[in-house]
This record gives sequence, structure tokens and C-alpha cells, in this order.
Amino acid sequence: MSDGAPVLTLEKVSKSFGAVQALRDVDFDVAPGEVVALVGDNGAGKSTLIKAIAGIHGIDSGRILFEGDPVRIASPTDAVGLGIATVYQDLALCDNLDVVGNLFLGQEERSGALATVTRQLDETSMERQAHELLDNLAVTITDVRAEVGTMSGGQRQQVAIARSLLGEPKVVLLDEPTAALGVRQTAQVLALVKRLREKGHGVVVISHNLANVFEVADRIVVLRLGRLVGVYDAAKTSHEEIVAAITGAGDPSTGELGPEVEQAMENARRDDAGQERS
Amino acid sequence: MTAGAASVEQPPAGDPGDGEEGGRDSLLRRLIQGDLGELRVIVVLAVIWAIFQFQEDRFLSATNLTNLLLQITAIGLVSVGVVMVLLLGEIDLSVGAVSGLCASVMAVLSVRHGWSPYLAIAGAIAVGAAIGTFQGSVFTQFGIPSFVVTLAGLLGWQGAQLEVLGTTGTINLTDPTITGLTSTFYDGPVGWAVAIAGFAVYAAVSLAGWRRKVAAGLRVQPLGALLARLVLAGAAIVAAVAVLNQDRGVPLAALILVGFVILFQFVTTKTSFGRHIFAVGGNSEAARRAGIGVKRIRIVVFAIASSMAAIGGIMAASRLLAVNQSSGSGDFLLLAIAGPVIAGTSLFGGRGSVWTALLGALVIGSISNGMDLLALESSVKFMVTGAVLLIAVIIDALARRRRQASGRV
Ligand SMILES: Nc1ncnc2c1ncn2[C@@H]1O[C@H](COP(=O)(O)OP(=O)(O)O)[C@@H](O)[C@H]1O
Ligand SMILES: [Mg+2]
Repeated sequence: MSDGAPVLTLEKVSKSFGAVQALRDVDFDVAPGEVVALVGDNGAGKSTLIKAIAGIHGIDSGRILFEGDPVRIASPTDAVGLGIATVYQDLALCDNLDVVGNLFLGQEERSGALATVTRQLDETSMERQAHELLDNLAVTITDVRAEVGTMSGGQRQQVAIARSLLGEPKVVLLDEPTAALGVRQTAQVLALVKRLREKGHGVVVISHNLANVFEVADRIVVLRLGRLVGVYDAAKTSHEEIVAAITGAGDPSTGELGPEVEQAMENARRDDAGQERS
Repeated sequence: MTAGAASVEQPPAGDPGDGEEGGRDSLLRRLIQGDLGELRVIVVLAVIWAIFQFQEDRFLSATNLTNLLLQITAIGLVSVGVVMVLLLGEIDLSVGAVSGLCASVMAVLSVRHGWSPYLAIAGAIAVGAAIGTFQGSVFTQFGIPSFVVTLAGLLGWQGAQLEVLGTTGTINLTDPTITGLTSTFYDGPVGWAVAIAGFAVYAAVSLAGWRRKVAAGLRVQPLGALLARLVLAGAAIVAAVAVLNQDRGVPLAALILVGFVILFQFVTTKTSFGRHIFAVGGNSEAARRAGIGVKRIRIVVFAIASSMAAIGGIMAASRLLAVNQSSGSGDFLLLAIAGPVIAGTSLFGGRGSVWTALLGALVIGSISNGMDLLALESSVKFMVTGAVLLIAVIIDALARRRRQASGRV
């Protein structure tokens, strides 16, 4: 756990999609060497929050501070430029390329005197760096020349995470990194998340699996219907407390949901179902 | 997504680590789809040659093999561009029409306007590049499927060809530079010099790359395997030159074809541009998120395909000594696409190699040439070529299904 100054801070961030208010006045921060888990029911606004940080959705109001300075993140390029890497739920790997090809995709190294003209790849250098990167993260991939399409889900997730680390990012955002993984593969990915913390990255991870959340997170941030309902120290809270915060059980305000809220939740359910199918 | 497949993929108890899994699997896969894939075509070619040689012993004569090379040059060159488009996961149905139009442009510039042959050829290739850029831009800007855009092109450029040729409909080519493209042969020492120089460069580059990897402490294939491959390649080159020298010598046309194949083999496998073509063909969304200019890549590749179509059309015109209204029409387009697919380039994008343009043209050309020697009807020729293509796409689809069954597209 870290008690340093936050690397990334969100202040009163709001975002709506037409009539649906996906985020309302959300405060959020993550420090270097800290894993913050983002939890909440479907439609709570978790993905929207990540996408706002990653530059996919602009925010309607509020401020984003990076290393203490206010910043404008209007596009994914802005986010990457600041040092914010994102691993999306659909990993976006090229199955027909090998591990080296995927790790360096879009930022290939070139070699030779005429490289700017011939654009000749420096495969030797990239392969060596790929080994270094993966060894450094203790990732269990021995053949970096194997096609990614032949690999298990856990290995693919690890390749996607390793890929996000190439630019030495300060913050790594992971959307559902263990969904669809088996037990052993989940353990590998969680171990990798812990190593990201050891290396001083600020890590934000979305997960539906509370056991996983408790295993890796330092702090747990709970969203419900776009609002921040609580920030918990993982060492001092319990499963029950988090579940109660997620569902709003025991919270009088959810006893009487207004029609718009019901509609929003219904929309969210439909939306999420759609996403899972695609 | 592949969620379902990934979760059933739990390895059995006692399985070695995940890393081992990936390593073994990929070796097997490479054997089936990579090296063995190309070997498969060579075996098919050997069988075809054996059958025809058995039926007609002129088939493997030096003269006929030289003719075969000249016959496949145009289609092979067009196929080089087609492979690039197929790697993107797209298709270009206009390459036949573009080859005919560009050859007509060259003929008009050379014969009617008296341009120097070099300028006429350059003009024709420039028209090809412009057409490809146009088609690629329409495809990317409006998001219209490439087969529709190029289908419109197929019709439109055919019309343009008739327009360019005018009322006579046929233009005979007499310029010695243009006709020399397919009637120049390098016999004796020149052929050997080119072959030896080419092989020396190939061997030197292969060995240097191998040594660099060893020096960097990376995993490499055994030196023996590399040397064996070099010896095989060298033997093939020596055999080819020896046979060609028994007839008229090494044809310039064959050097042009092999030169373009090597050039684009290099571009696709050794450059970042080529890597991006494979990435777009494999997963265009992943390529876009990686910051690759997907539209630019697509437009450039379509421009390359049309330029190669122009070059193929020029070679076809040179061999025919004329351009006419049917240049580039008929089965030309279909064979130019069928060739690489027969030789293992996937129609689904992201898998294949430029070599398949040459190998595929050899397979199709051999069938056609052999059946002509046996004086068979063209009906038989079409049916046999169709059957070979069908078998090839079935193999491609099965390979794809195997990949999907293992959880991935
Ligand atoms: N691109 C979008 N357009 C319209 N509504 C959206 C969009 N993205 C998310 N929403 C809505 O915003 C709300 C929060 O969604 P999301 O952030 O995806 O939730 P979570 O990831 O927590 O399940 C939902 O009601 C959802 O329907
Ligand atoms: Mg979500």
C-alpha cells in the first residue's frame, strides 16, 4: 500500500449520455504503487469512469488532475501521452501475429542505415526486449514467436497487460482482466497485477469478482448508479460491507426508486447484455 | 468474444506450465500451416508435373518450361498485388480490368502519341496507382465493402478501356523496348551471374540475421536447418538456370516477376508497413487502437494492387504484341485471385505470403499449359482449375475452423 501523493485525481466528474447520467460528481484518485478496485453493479458507471480517464469519453464537468496538475484528456492519445495505459476487456490483440509482433504493434523498432526509408524491422532488438519485459513481470510465456491466437486466455491477458507497459506508463487501467479466465489463469493475472504495484504503477482494476478484488486491492471504490457510494480500505472492510454498498441494501434511498432510476437500471442491464453478446 | 472457449480450456491435471502449452502448440501449428503449407503446394506442383510428363514427355522440356514461365508472368505479377489485398482481409475484383486499361494506356501513349517506351510504361503504372488510390479512398471513406467498390471498378475500367482504345479496338505494339520485356533472354554467363549474385545476397542476409540473433542470445533454428534450406534454395536456382539455358536462357520476364515477388516478400515480412498490413488483416480494431493509420494502410495497399495489375497488364500486352478490347478480361481476374488462394493465402485475411503469388501462378499455369499440350478442351481446363481452387478454399476454411475450435478466430 502506498501513502504517497495521488498520481491521478478526479474531482466531481460528471458524464451523461443523453438522459442517462452515467457519472455524477465522482471523486476518485490512485497513488503510485497502489491498486484501486472499482466495483459496482451493472450500469454503475465503472466502464464510463475508465473510459473518461482513457480519453474515450470526454467529461461534462469536473476536473482531472495528473500528478497534481489539471489536464484535459480529450482523446486516447492524450491519455497515452500523459502515461495512462488501458487494457480493455476485449484485449485487442492480433491473433495472427506472434507475441513480439503484438507487444510492439504500432511502435515497432527499426534497424539499418536506411531504416527511415525501408522501415526495416529490428526483430532481434524487439525479441530481446520482449524477453526482458516478460521476464521482468515473471510472465509464463516461453515462446515469444508463438502466435497469440494459439495461446490460452490467461496468456493473452498477460500479453495485453505487458503490451500496455511498454511506454512506461504511470497509471494502468484494467477493465475486467480476469473475466472469462479459469482459476489458475486468474491467479497468474492477479500475480501480475501485484507486480505492477511493486513496480510503482498506479493500477485501477474493474472486477465483478470480490474474492479477486480483496486479493489484490489496497482500496475499494464502490459506484452505484453513477454515484460514488464509498471508498473502503481493503484491509479493514468485509465482503458483506462491500456487497451492501454495491446493492444499496440497508440504504433508505434505494427503497423507493424513482421511475427514471428504474429506467436507467433497465437501460444498463440491456446495454451490458448487449456488450457481453458482442 | 471468446469467453466460452477460454473457460473450457482448462488444461488437464499434471499439465506442464502454460508456456510449454503455447510452445508445443505453435510448433505443430507452424508445421501444418507454415512450412508444411508451402511444402504442400510444392508437392501438388510436383504431382501435376509428374502427371503431365507421364502423358506427354515434351512437358518438362526446357522449351516448354520456358514457355510456362512466360505464360505465368503477367498473372503472377497481378497476383502479387492481390496477395497484399488478401492479407488485409479485402478483395480487389478490378485487377483484370485495371490491367487491360493500363496496358491500353501504354499502347496509346507509345503508338499513337509516340511517347518513349519508358514514359509510356511509367504513365500506365501511374494510372494504375491513381485508380488504386481512388478505389482505396472510396472504400475507406465511405465504408463500402471493398468487393462492391472494386466490382464497380471492374465495370467502369472496362468501359474506360474501350474508350481509350477508340474505334479500332486493337493496337499492335512494335516498340522493341516494350516487346523486349517478354522476348529478352539472358543466356550463358549472364543468367549464371544473376543467379549466383542473387543467391549470394540471400545466403549472406540469412546467415547474418542468424548470427545477430545468436549474438543477442535469442532462440534460433539449428544452423544445420538453415544450411539445409540454403542448399535446397541454391540447388533449385542452379537447376532452374541450367534448364533455362538449354533453351533460350533466363527470360527477362521471369526476372521481373521474381524481382517483384522478392521485393514484396521483403516489404510484407521485414518492414513495419508489412507488419501493419498483417495487423489490419488480423484485427483492424486492434490495429486502430495501437495507433496504426488503418485507412492509410488500406489505401496504399489498394494502390499497390492496381499498380501491380498495371505491370501485369503491360507484360501481357508485351507478350501478345498487342492490346485489344478483351485485354485483361475473361478468366484473367479469377485466375489471379485463385492462384494465391490455391497456394495457401487465406481469403479471411492476415495469413499468407507473397510467394503464393508465384507458386499459385505456377500451379494454374502448369494445369493450363499441360492441358494445352494434351490438346484438351478448355472446358476441361476450367473444370480442373475450378476443382483445384475449391479444394484449396476448403483447406483454408478447415484451417480457420481449427483455429476457431481452439478458441480463436
Ligand atoms: N456510449 C454510451 N451511450 C449511451 N449510454 C451509455 C454509454 N456507455 C454507457 N452508457 C450508460 O451509462 C451507464 C453506465 O454504464 P457503464 O459505465 O458501462 O457501467 P458499468 O461498466 O459499471 O457496468 C449505463 O446506464 C449505460 O447504459
Ligand atoms: Mg462495464
